[in-house]
Amino acid sequence: MEFGPIISAMRRNKVGAILIAVQMAITLAIMCNALFIIEQRVALSQRPTGADEANVLLITNQWVGNPPDASARLQGDLAALRALPGVQDAFATNSFPMSGGGSTEGIRLHEDQKDATALAALYFGDEHAITAFGLKLVAGRNFNSGDVVDKVGYTDLRGPTGIIVTRVLADKLFPDGNAVGKSVYGAAVKGQTPIIGIVERLQVPWVSAGGWGSKFNDSSMIEPFNFVSVFPFYYVVRAQPGQMNAVLQSAPKKLFDISRARVIEKTQTMTAARAEAYKDDKGLVVILSVVCAALLAVTAFGIVGLTSYWVAQRRRQIGIRRALGATRNAIIQYFQTENLLIAGAGAAIGVALAVSLNLWMVNAFEMQRLNTGYALIGAIVVLLLGQAAVLWPALKAASIPPALATRAA
Amino acid sequence: MFTYYFRLGLRSLRRNMVLTGLMIAAIAVGIGACMTALTVFRAMSGDPIPQKSNRLFAPQIDNWGPDKHNGGAADRLEFQLSYIDAMGLMKARAAKHQSAMYATRLPLRPADAKQKPTKVFVRAAFTDFFPMFDVPFKFGGPWSAADDESRAAVVVITKDTNDRLFGGTNSVGKTIRLDNEPYTVAGVVDDWRLLPRFYDITLRPFGDGDAIFLPFNRAIDKKMRNVGSTQCNGDTDPGWEGRLKSDCVWLQFWAELPAETDVQAYRAFLNNYAAEQQSLGRFHWPPHTQLRDVMQWLQYMKIVPSEVRILILVSFGFLLVCLMNAMGLMLAKIMGRAGDIGVRRALGASRAAIFGQCLIETGVVGLAGGLFGLILTALGLWAARSLLTKEFVALAHLDWADTGIAVLLAVSATVLAGLYPTWRAAHVQPAWQLKTQ
Repeated sequence: MEFGPIISAMRRNKVGAILIAVQMAITLAIMCNALFIIEQRVALSQRPTGADEANVLLITNQWVGNPPDASARLQGDLAALRALPGVQDAFATNSFPMSGGGSTEGIRLHEDQKDATALAALYFGDEHAITAFGLKLVAGRNFNSGDVVDKVGYTDLRGPTGIIVTRVLADKLFPDGNAVGKSVYGAAVKGQTPIIGIVERLQVPWVSAGGWGSKFNDSSMIEPFNFVSVFPFYYVVRAQPGQMNAVLQSAPKKLFDISRARVIEKTQTMTAARAEAYKDDKGLVVILSVVCAALLAVTAFGIVGLTSYWVAQRRRQIGIRRALGATRNAIIQYFQTENLLIAGAGAAIGVALAVSLNLWMVNAFEMQRLNTGYALIGAIVVLLLGQAAVLWPALKAASIPPALATRAA
Repeated sequence: MFTYYFRLGLRSLRRNMVLTGLMIAAIAVGIGACMTALTVFRAMSGDPIPQKSNRLFAPQIDNWGPDKHNGGAADRLEFQLSYIDAMGLMKARAAKHQSAMYATRLPLRPADAKQKPTKVFVRAAFTDFFPMFDVPFKFGGPWSAADDESRAAVVVITKDTNDRLFGGTNSVGKTIRLDNEPYTVAGVVDDWRLLPRFYDITLRPFGDGDAIFLPFNRAIDKKMRNVGSTQCNGDTDPGWEGRLKSDCVWLQFWAELPAETDVQAYRAFLNNYAAEQQSLGRFHWPPHTQLRDVMQWLQYMKIVPSEVRILILVSFGFLLVCLMNAMGLMLAKIMGRAGDIGVRRALGASRAAIFGQCLIETGVVGLAGGLFGLILTALGLWAARSLLTKEFVALAHLDWADTGIAVLLAVSATVLAGLYPTWRAAHVQPAWQLKTQ
């Protein structure tokens, strides 16, 4: 293929060629960044919590009228929930992964340390917490009933007898391993607390992209407390496999049978909590996908429209070329090469544009750096799109009869 | 002449339906995407209280010191106040109106004892809250300053709460039961929507609002725990008393300062307050305070999520692509008619006349694109509402201003994109065109 005639023809049609190239460049830049965001949000919404999500149920409970026997009521509720048919275990806590609300504690290794060594999400729970969430204990031991005492709201500042931490937190605090048995200091806890156990994983309550929990996603700890609060708390109930629907009905009913002096704001499965927590991420993924598809379609139609016009404009010249012996393939190749040149220029500008757009977003939105692989994939997509879009006008051009050359215009 | 060109424009558009359709579709899709993102953005970044947003201020005081901010804000200031500092500012009464405030959540007992209680957001505030934020009343009014002092069991309820409890009748003087305690209704708020609810944005600023208001001092006496953000730094004493004595920040504070001189005076007052705390030995650092009005506050608190900004960026890029597309197609279309234009020029039409005719033609395309774009915007908003949480889009709806913006944007952008093809058309050489015919 000879590029000479193509380039000199393009120079007579500068504006059209530039328009297509710039369109392709912007399409490429938006598309790679959108794909990159999509990939990140999908990964974000698939992070595990460490819990047996399919079988865990969460009931938001608040007492009415500040009952003096709240501690006994809590134990009564828990005993009833654990005795329900289809229930594996249950416990009461202040928060759960993906709930969006909870408490953070800065953990120090020495008493006089100024800055915390690690931040950790704080969960309260008794010796049933590990089984009720379905966590995996990987070192040390679970709480026993002797470790667990009542905690009357967040302003009750008594220290825990020992804590269970996630593996990520343990590694952060004691990179050399052997965290079990070592002691740490918490910001709100006076005195030192030994680590008695390590669980494989337990996610923090805050999961939004770039949100509060994004810097310490798997760094959590459980303190051995019965959370006796006049404010809302959660019953975490783990159903036996296949029993979820039955427990979803029977658990809140059982609680109301025990006492009506309560507000149960919500009874939801952990699966539903996940869908709710990541709704905006899923929404963004769908919106960006649709926008990408629309962008590609618009660009493709633009190429079809403009190339068709060029074909119509050059009917006579094409006829002459055919009459002089050019094959149909040569005509098709002409338009395809022309498009390849334009798209190639567009892709080159587009890759540069994509990278600078990403750099700007890194600063403005605290995004991650674009993987250059995305820019290359985008460039290939744009080149193929151009080739596909130009095919129909090129075929039309190839069907122009050579006899046209002999007729007057 | 205009109507003639308009009809000519319509006719020429009809002559090449495919090209025209592509152009209009490109513009409509671009406008639709842009307007969807823009409408959401406008709704989220709007001024919640335009009549006095530049007279309401949130003070900030550094009560933690320079080296104690846990990887927090770069300006080393917390966005809420401690109880000690909020009460210090309340006592000074240095502003026309001021109120410390916080939200709590309490079970509201229905009149029918068999019904289950419901939980509602309850805001503890001072009586100044109501005149300061121009809260409209349907029945009754705010509680008195004396009620603030005497920690009276009075409430102001919203219209929704009144509808639910009293069927919308005048309930002033009647009793409601909050968490087993009786409260007398002092006033019923009329329709009042603050979006975003700037005075406490840690609590779903676009979601359901406060249902009930009660005197701040009573809430403190009754140890009503706050919902929303509480940040502590360092050890505190246990219990509610410990919380009140601590440097934990958990209270919002707003002040109304009617004139610029008041603002200057209040800034000086805040610095004096901090200096006084320093001389008392409570702060071991020089005064570090800040005062921001409503719009500055919303920006400071980054009320518009970065997702919305990403969508704005993407959609404007999209519109740009759509317009370039339309420009290319217009160029093709107008240059395809070079022959006609040559004849008109030869028959005596001026360049300006050709220019005007083509401009009107592109305007018609823009108008059609804008109208279709509006339909797509409505569709886009509907999709956004079902795809995203309420926080994002509950308040986004198309109003007359948005409709105007959409049509104006479509027409002006299309005409702008059409300028080059139009200019090319006006410079068609009549002689050359006639020769090749």
